[in-house]
Amino acid sequence: MDTPFWNREIETAERSRIEQIQLQRLKTIVGWALRTPFYRKRLTQVGINAPQDIRRLQDLQRIPYTTKDDLRLNFPKGLLAVDMKEVLRIHSSSGTTGIPTVIYFARDDVDNWTDLLARSITGTGAVPGDVFQNMMTYGMFTGGLGLHYGAERVGMTVIPIGGGNTKRQIQTMKDFQTTVVHVTPSYLLHIHSRLGEDGIGRPDLALRKAFIGAEPHSENTRRKLEELLQIEAYNSYGLSELNGPGVAFECVCQKDMHVWEDAYIAEVINPHTGAVLKEGEEGELVLTNLVRRATPMLRYRTRDLAFLYPQGCDCGRTHRRLSRILGRTDDMLIINGVNVFPSQIEEKIMRIPEVATNYQIHVDKNGALDRLTVKVEIYPKLFLGEVAKLEALKQKIVDELRASIVISPLVELHEPGALPVSEGKAKRVVDDRPKD
Amino acid sequence: MKITQISIFLENRKGRLYDVCSLLGQNDINIRALTIAETESFGVLRIVVDKSDQAIRLLRDNHFVANFTEVVAIEVPDQPGGLASILKIFADNDVNIEYMYGFVEKFSDKALLVMRFEDTDFAQQILAKHNIHVVAEKDIQGL
Repeated sequence: MDTPFWNREIETAERSRIEQIQLQRLKTIVGWALRTPFYRKRLTQVGINAPQDIRRLQDLQRIPYTTKDDLRLNFPKGLLAVDMKEVLRIHSSSGTTGIPTVIYFARDDVDNWTDLLARSITGTGAVPGDVFQNMMTYGMFTGGLGLHYGAERVGMTVIPIGGGNTKRQIQTMKDFQTTVVHVTPSYLLHIHSRLGEDGIGRPDLALRKAFIGAEPHSENTRRKLEELLQIEAYNSYGLSELNGPGVAFECVCQKDMHVWEDAYIAEVINPHTGAVLKEGEEGELVLTNLVRRATPMLRYRTRDLAFLYPQGCDCGRTHRRLSRILGRTDDMLIINGVNVFPSQIEEKIMRIPEVATNYQIHVDKNGALDRLTVKVEIYPKLFLGEVAKLEALKQKIVDELRASIVISPLVELHEPGALPVSEGKAKRVVDDRPKD
Repeated sequence: MKITQISIFLENRKGRLYDVCSLLGQNDINIRALTIAETESFGVLRIVVDKSDQAIRLLRDNHFVANFTEVVAIEVPDQPGGLASILKIFADNDVNIEYMYGFVEKFSDKALLVMRFEDTDFAQQILAKHNIHVVAEKDIQGL
């Protein structure tokens, strides 16, 4: 099999060499972490006062886990390790409440991240001259800009079209003979369902590869996409806290994703006890970023359930592979690639006086795409009989939610008592999306 | 003279309109006029009944979201151009109608329309000035 490399030396390095790099970089990043108010306190509490206190890789296990909650409580600058003048870019992702997670990148952080993406892209067999249509949302989410810069570094022709507007996506794919797309699996299915509508069918397109990420999907979904569109689809994994995409990516073998272990230390833990599990055991993925100094991230609990493969890969890469994401340890929803916490929705709607205390979050499919419906009960005393006011209320809820969760939900108004009553663990979230 | 309309919020659920009507019927409350404002996901039922105080208590006791709205019931000549002649007066005097609907039956030779105005007091002044007969609450109760 033809196995293209971006950096053959690193990608095929002996295990001992990788671990040597990891240890050296871990020391460096602990040094940066000690400059942040949050980690200075955390690390000194466990006796780590200087980079030299990390002597062996096993010393990583002395460092307490970092959670999304830690990031929220230390918003906005508790994890910032450099002077703001050094910060080249700010990204963010969903928080569990109205406070988002913020990540700062210094110039070399962006450079390191971009390099990991160039490596990821090259590993799939994409080459300079490929026309890359980036259908991921740009903006503060890391999915759009991350791949954008990586593709440019590889030397691809980049079309920064962003998410949505299916007609325009298809027209653009035809006009510029796009060969590679970066897209969520559900949106790619949606695009397939719309082919032929404006007289543009599969034969008019030059598509050959898709990088699919931002939402969990099964092997069946991948094969379905590959068959429907006659392409190769490569799974991608990342999260903003750890840079974004480029944490792990599939190579041409398509047998799950190589974690770039010179840049990340991946651990899998028992989500209940926190105990580190053996290779091959399923648990919560914990990641340490070794190459970002502006916002150091040590032993971050991703809440994603997965396992690590013990051995290498036919492509010759020595970096261990990560399984598909098998679930979450929290109630986070992924809706068309956007992460949404039910608590974000609750926080917003409970502040609207016309809304009573009961609500329900409903997720289903509308064709290939996810659909989020927020059902609320109206507060009887504020009903004055006017339809326009109710419509305005609906719009207000949509606007408030969009400001928090970025996507626009459908909003349904209900009579008091119509939704299931909150009794301890009321079923606030109903996910009717088919599991495949 | 204003009369009382009851507005009832109805979520989009099968049988909900029936629930309201059967509740009123069982309690001997008669609907004199009715309309539904519908949207994609909910409706607002607007009714004029013979016993409005009793009706709203009953509805609220049965967990319906209901409230009073002030409307005016106007007699309109039941002949071609009858409604137009009244609407012209409103148009000439900048009286805005939010919505209107008809009574189920007449109690003179004229048609009876329920109108909701943006500014009810102002609309009443204009109606009085042009000698247009409006129906009183007690007339509705006696219907």
